[in-house]
Amino acid sequence: MKRVSDVLRRLRERRPGLRQALAWPALLLFAGSALADPQRWQLNMAPGVTETSQAVYGLHMIILWVCVVVAIIVFGAMAYCMFAFRKSRGAVPDTSLVHSTWVEIVWTTIPVIVLIVMAIPSTKVLIRMSDVRDAELTVKVTGYQWKWRYEYVGTPVNFVSSLARDSDRTRQLRSGLDPAALAKDGVNTYLLDVDKPLVLPVDTKVRFVVTADDVIHAWWVPSLGWKQDAIPGFINEAWTDIKTPGTYRGVCAELCGKDHGFMPIVVKAVPKAEFQQWLAAQPANPGSVSAMAANASVPTAGAALAASAAVPAAAR
Amino acid sequence: MATVTAHDPHAAAHDAHAAAHDAHAHEYKQGFFERWFMSTNHKDIGTLYLLFSLLMFFIGGAMAMVIRAELFQPGLQLVHPEFFNQMTTIHALVMIFGAVMPAFVGLANWMIPMMIGAPDMALPRMNNWSFWILPFAFTLLLMTLFLPGGGPSGGWTLYPPLSLQGGYNVAFVIFAIHMMGVSSIMGAINVIATILNMRAPGMDLLKMPLFVWSWLITAFLLIAVMPVLAGAVTMLLTDKFFGTTFFFAGGGGDPVMYQHIFWFFGHPEVYIMILPAFGIVSEIIPTFSRKPLFGYQAMVYAVASIAFLSFIVWAHHMFTVGMPLGGELYFMYATMLIAVPTGVKVFNWVSTMYKGSLTFETPMLFALGFIIMFTIGGFSGLMLAIVPADFQYHDTYFVVAHFHYVLVTGAIFGIMAGCYYWLPKWTGHMYNETLGKWHFWLSTFFVNLLFFPQHFLGLAGMQRRVPDYNVAFADFNLWSSIGGFGFGLSQLLFAYIVIRTIRGGTPATAQVWEGAHGLEWTLPSPPPHHSFTTPPRIDDRMLAHGDVTH
Repeated sequence: MKRVSDVLRRLRERRPGLRQALAWPALLLFAGSALADPQRWQLNMAPGVTETSQAVYGLHMIILWVCVVVAIIVFGAMAYCMFAFRKSRGAVPDTSLVHSTWVEIVWTTIPVIVLIVMAIPSTKVLIRMSDVRDAELTVKVTGYQWKWRYEYVGTPVNFVSSLARDSDRTRQLRSGLDPAALAKDGVNTYLLDVDKPLVLPVDTKVRFVVTADDVIHAWWVPSLGWKQDAIPGFINEAWTDIKTPGTYRGVCAELCGKDHGFMPIVVKAVPKAEFQQWLAAQPANPGSVSAMAANASVPTAGAALAASAAVPAAAR
Repeated sequence: MATVTAHDPHAAAHDAHAAAHDAHAHEYKQGFFERWFMSTNHKDIGTLYLLFSLLMFFIGGAMAMVIRAELFQPGLQLVHPEFFNQMTTIHALVMIFGAVMPAFVGLANWMIPMMIGAPDMALPRMNNWSFWILPFAFTLLLMTLFLPGGGPSGGWTLYPPLSLQGGYNVAFVIFAIHMMGVSSIMGAINVIATILNMRAPGMDLLKMPLFVWSWLITAFLLIAVMPVLAGAVTMLLTDKFFGTTFFFAGGGGDPVMYQHIFWFFGHPEVYIMILPAFGIVSEIIPTFSRKPLFGYQAMVYAVASIAFLSFIVWAHHMFTVGMPLGGELYFMYATMLIAVPTGVKVFNWVSTMYKGSLTFETPMLFALGFIIMFTIGGFSGLMLAIVPADFQYHDTYFVVAHFHYVLVTGAIFGIMAGCYYWLPKWTGHMYNETLGKWHFWLSTFFVNLLFFPQHFLGLAGMQRRVPDYNVAFADFNLWSSIGGFGFGLSQLLFAYIVIRTIRGGTPATAQVWEGAHGLEWTLPSPPPHHSFTTPPRIDDRMLAHGDVTH
């Protein structure tokens, strides 16, 4: 019985959400304002904090509106047919209307044109996203079951980042702890907080080399606009250039075992000078050597990294 | 097979049934065991397939209820994450291989011989075998839940290295998949042999009902890709137990190669699960519009083009694995192309309704629901094709929403539509129309409550295959769970309606529906044991599409 009352209590606490629900249309329209963290009742993708993420958001909105317009035309035509040609309204079928080469050409050609128009901006954005040249900083990201290791390539700084203690305690089966109680700066951080965030400088092109040590993971921070699979034995590349200082939260996106839902990512973007100070203050971690050792089971990854971080090592 | 097809269809059926059946067939009463376990009759085997599929639908559905119950609110309340992952994995395998595919084979068994004027399927004994493999395959799969270490928990795609971390269950699942593959391939061979060899004189290929066409094409897809899946999982098996390193980078292998092979199977598989539904809807819309299908030949060519395209788009399931730019561009363009023939199909269905005379019996409601909600799934599919946007959507609830719109409100609604459409023909009784409409409206309301909010969850940043989530996602997950329970309960109504219709009801006429055309409606309801013991004399006006000039 206690459980039932518990659920009811939570439902009651959720009531204020109904008021927010009324603000939905506004949220849909103004999703453009920076929503770095997931919001209650959020309906749409957030545009994020990099040029790339905003370009991706733009593509998302174009294709969404294309779909909405097509939906209105097709469903509108269906609704008209369902209303106008009811037998109960005395409709008599016109059984000669079974073919028209002309309309079939039209409704094949128009979608092709729409698709071509859609493909052009998508191609441009994709080409830009795949250009990892001229990075000022390289971070190696390694996925483990169930945490992330970050290495600032060319420096001795190297550490592991895993789920924050309070989230970890709360997420235990029947812990009795309330996920809603975990918050930082008014934002609920349940399952989206780590013990040691990845610190990055703003206004800097940062290249990521992404790999994994055991199974496939995927590194995803929605505010940066992409996710990249972390695959044992191979190195993938991606890049970002964060414009706004702030804390950006993400998750492992590829199923990686029982604690797949419990290996979040936190990126803390700070001004360049602050970043240099932070980097200098970090203990040199001899773990960078042991990290290599950990990769020994996957020679390609280890060898590629040892060669140089600058080599685009994707062996495929 | 050559000897069978050399005879006329009449003789073929007799080959299968031996001398005892001969002219006295109607007097011979089969015992329960003989009828249901040794059956070579396309209708009885079709019934077995459909009942098996319904059972699996409820087993897979029960697992979905566990998933939605755990996701009802943030925090872990009911199950461990390990068990949650087993539920998502087995739910998918059971629904795909146990519910949707056998349902379509069941419908093919029942309807194809009746639609083309044949007495039975071409290969009746193989028909029996391909069904009776399935209960064993699914026993193997489901018993893993009771093994030490539990069932498979690496996702239905069985990506290595994760799937190889499983224990005994790896071998069980792989053998189960092998058996399902054997069953599917034999079913497909049977469908092709039946359609190509046993059509009544006058049933030209381009006069065949679209359901038969869609199954002919689906059967070729099955034969092409099930061996690919078998190869992929066999390599998993040897990697796990015999020391090979196909998918292990440390031994020179490549985990991504598995994904390429898997999705070379997996994408055609997606269309295997939707093309027969296209066929069903293309039968139902003309019947209840009282007007022939608009653009029949375009519809056939659209199905064929979709089937062809399905072979050349597989890597759009894996845009984030780190493919070269050229590869990503190619797979994006090829995937976007699928929207063209799919659009043609939707436009043709709508044009069929235009200037028709519409009534809205339950099969028509499910068919219209199919068109609208499958199209919504198609729109999100088009969005997923845009690679840069896919980098955001991939592996989130947006994808979960997409493929459930395509598979539940697509494939399952198509199957439901077909069941209501042909149930009076099968049983000789009309189902209860009021209850059928209730089933449709309850299902439609709850399925949208279940899956539509998942689009929002994915866009807001909730990843797939997690048992727990941030509090920001709580509200829509709550809605989704309520929708899930409601949809699950609504399906009990379907089981009740079917059982009641089998037991009795208003007798159905041969034609059943005022606007129905086609050979199956010339047989009495229920049809005789051997559908057409002599080939029917076909008058083009009997057919839904007798006029080949368009």
